[in-house]
Amino acid sequence: MSDATLSLPAKRSRALPRVNGSAVVMGLYILFLMLPIYWLVNMSLKTNTEITSTFTLWPRDLTFANYRTILTDPSWYMGYVNSLIYVVMNTVISISVALPAAYAFSRYRFLGDKHLFFWLLTNRMAPPAVFALPFFQLYSSVGLFDTHIAVALAHCLFNVPLAVWILEGFMRGVPKEIDETAYIDGYSFPRFFVKIFMPLIASGIGVAAFFCFMFSWVELLLSRTLTSVNAKPIAATMTRTVSASGMDWGVLAAAGVLTIVPGALVIYFVRNYIAKGFALGRV
Amino acid sequence: MDKPVNNKAWFLVLPVLVLVAFSAVIPLMTVVNYSVQDTFGNNVFFWAGLEWFEQALSSSRLHDALLRQILFSVIILAIQVPLGIFVALNMPKRGFWASLCLVLMALPLLIPWNVVGTIWQIFGRVDIGLLGYTLDKLGINYNYTANAIDAWVTVIVMDVWHWTSLVALLCYAGLQSIPDAYYQAAKIDQASRWKVFRYIELPKMQGVLLIAILLRFMDSFMIYTEPFVVTGGGPGNATTFLSIDLVKMAIGQFDLGPAAAFSIMYFLVIMLISWVFYTVMTNLDKREEMQ
Amino acid sequence: MAKITLSNLAHSYVPQPKGPQDFALKEMDHVWEDGASYALLGSSGCGKTTLLNIISGLLRPSQGRVLFGDRDVTDAPTAERNIAQVFQFPVVYDTMTVRDNLAFPLRNRGMDADYIRQRVQAIAQMIGMEAVLDRKARGLTADAKQKISLGRGMVRQDVNAILFDEPLTVIDPHMKWELRTQLKSLHREFNHTMIYVTHDQTEALTFAEKVVVMYDGRVVQIGTAQELFETPAHTFVGYFIGSPGMNLLDARIEGNVAHIEGSVVPLGAGYGPVSGRTQIGIRPEFVRLSASEGLPVKLRRVEDVGRHKIVRAEFFGREINIIADEGAEIGADMTRVTFRPERISVYADDWRVAPAGQLGEAA
Repeated sequence: MSDATLSLPAKRSRALPRVNGSAVVMGLYILFLMLPIYWLVNMSLKTNTEITSTFTLWPRDLTFANYRTILTDPSWYMGYVNSLIYVVMNTVISISVALPAAYAFSRYRFLGDKHLFFWLLTNRMAPPAVFALPFFQLYSSVGLFDTHIAVALAHCLFNVPLAVWILEGFMRGVPKEIDETAYIDGYSFPRFFVKIFMPLIASGIGVAAFFCFMFSWVELLLSRTLTSVNAKPIAATMTRTVSASGMDWGVLAAAGVLTIVPGALVIYFVRNYIAKGFALGRV
Repeated sequence: MDKPVNNKAWFLVLPVLVLVAFSAVIPLMTVVNYSVQDTFGNNVFFWAGLEWFEQALSSSRLHDALLRQILFSVIILAIQVPLGIFVALNMPKRGFWASLCLVLMALPLLIPWNVVGTIWQIFGRVDIGLLGYTLDKLGINYNYTANAIDAWVTVIVMDVWHWTSLVALLCYAGLQSIPDAYYQAAKIDQASRWKVFRYIELPKMQGVLLIAILLRFMDSFMIYTEPFVVTGGGPGNATTFLSIDLVKMAIGQFDLGPAAAFSIMYFLVIMLISWVFYTVMTNLDKREEMQ
Repeated sequence: MAKITLSNLAHSYVPQPKGPQDFALKEMDHVWEDGASYALLGSSGCGKTTLLNIISGLLRPSQGRVLFGDRDVTDAPTAERNIAQVFQFPVVYDTMTVRDNLAFPLRNRGMDADYIRQRVQAIAQMIGMEAVLDRKARGLTADAKQKISLGRGMVRQDVNAILFDEPLTVIDPHMKWELRTQLKSLHREFNHTMIYVTHDQTEALTFAEKVVVMYDGRVVQIGTAQELFETPAHTFVGYFIGSPGMNLLDARIEGNVAHIEGSVVPLGAGYGPVSGRTQIGIRPEFVRLSASEGLPVKLRRVEDVGRHKIVRAEFFGREINIIADEGAEIGADMTRVTFRPERISVYADDWRVAPAGQLGEAA
């Protein structure tokens, strides 16, 4: 008993350098990631005079005026509302059409399944730039131009294939016996799907929703092309800070910070699933 | 897994089919339509055959954009893949610090792309940006709006900042799936750190790494918003990548025919490369399932 | 090769253990003799794997020391201890061929190429994988992979000990028997110290010279199969070894008789005063049904398992098992049992009490 803990320090000193090495690497990497964001936050809390006339590492003259400008002006804050509306619409549409399709791909073989799956994936590979103009013409001709649904549908182009792909990966991990047992127990397909199957792949649905949210939220080219006033996304609204009187840096920075907030919130809620989620159920 | 043949499964796929057909096939038809016609305006079109394709294939402007694009994608992959793996290897395995790292690392991925551009546009400015200001004070002549090399470096550093975390998170997920017994066995077998990486970690990361490379390749090949916001494709045409050039052509100059022909070829190139990836990946999946 | 000494050893996964319940491994002193083969037997969660990982150095004990021969290796990393370990689930290097997998531990130690080739060949023959030596390990069946793991554990000749952590879990029954026999003959040939963790008593009893039974983080008995069967040192050993396990009956001990519910059961020896919860243990093999003599029981059912019959009966409200010969006639009138006095063990608070005049059997 007396010498039980004698050799503990030796172990510590051997373990320390390795842990420290990793910590330093991670510290530097996180610093690299955070610096530009910090700078944006820093700028958003300064007055335009301070931004342009002096160089300060933190705001000397702390102001929330830039945020006030955005949150009180409908033409600003409606940008956020518009963005959120079409992002949520897109996520809901993408997941609800992708669920049955992913089930079909994960459970059955059918005529042309492999080609169809690949064709779906090619849409994820389609450069938005290729589609910008045709989309504009298509949605104008059917009278959907400048509506939220137009953007939501356009984003389905890359989100639906992605959702199918992710969900298929998760569904493949669910044993087929579960389906069979449920049918034997007299469940109809829709009831089985909603009551039994969906809870089993809840984390997969979460991951797919996360990715749909993410890619729809960050995309600008299509959402800007398809909107003018009523459904204009926040990201596009930001370009208007380039006005005749020069750049309104403070407001631009504040608007930028506010676009980061929804993403940060979403990440915070899914933080425990991020690692598995990013492997798209394929680990 | 043995899957039963059931053609009724088509009904389950139908909604996706209709939706994607509406948002992909119809627009694509429009593009094909444009690519073989010419116009003098006023919506009067006439048949131009493969003229635009020939023109696009021989246009030095497109060749240059393509070369720039390939160079960019190669550099991006060459930096992000090893860096991502390296970061993943150094991440804490569990606990509070692991969660914190995950959240902070995922943050750049959820910033709208033009805001990413804006952040770096500001960050690199000599007058008000931390990076530009610091470099300038250090006596380094840095100006991404005038110097092509500086512009490239800025765009590449920006992309590394933006996307390395994706590679790292994927690799991290792969690493998390390795049972402890593997590391213990390696210790007992007296394997060096390098051998642990080479024979345990790398093989286990293979699948996710392919996904990472595929995603990064596709997205870097289609990059538009971020460099457009930072450099506008300049100075000159130094950072005019394929998408930027395409949008300039289609919307800026309204050269619909050439732009459409160009779009189709662009799409085909991406599809071809992605098909190679996809084939490799599904073969890997099959091999996994054999186990 | 060396004997392995565990001195004052205990381990807790909690950084600041508050009481015995926080210890996965309770304090123990134990010597593993050089060249012996041990089976570490216990139900899951009893600390077997913890103990194994402490010996191999994958885990550092929270107190006490581990000695290989005379050398204190408590803080020595796994690699320095020169042991081999085979895990419960196959650990193979997927991208390597079977040959490279087997050669890996030798190559890492800079062995001579000729020697490696010869060893790999010998091991491959032993595990029956000569034909697939040049195939990639990826894509082999779980069986085959586990055989590779076993082979990798045995490829080095100079190891201090080979540790097996339930290595045959994923192997099919026929192969299990064959591999166990091979391990045994290998042990006879090379005299490596072998420690074999398992929760399967048959596996433990057939493989090892000595069986170490663990229960709740403690070694409760070390002995040969016969010792475990005849004189279980702890009620857990009685109950865990044997099929069905030992019958345990609450009793009051007085000299050389036990009182159960007012009836008297003669014991084979005399006992001094016994305190705590006292029980007598009797194996079903030594209980005999009778029509006239002994204590009353109610028969519940009879199971014929081939070599013998297992009779399940009720004894003062408690279940009791009796093993009867295959040929024995079990009539409805047989409602009494007798115990063979010299086969009865006495337990106080789960630990065996030595009869008066004999030395106690320490665990």
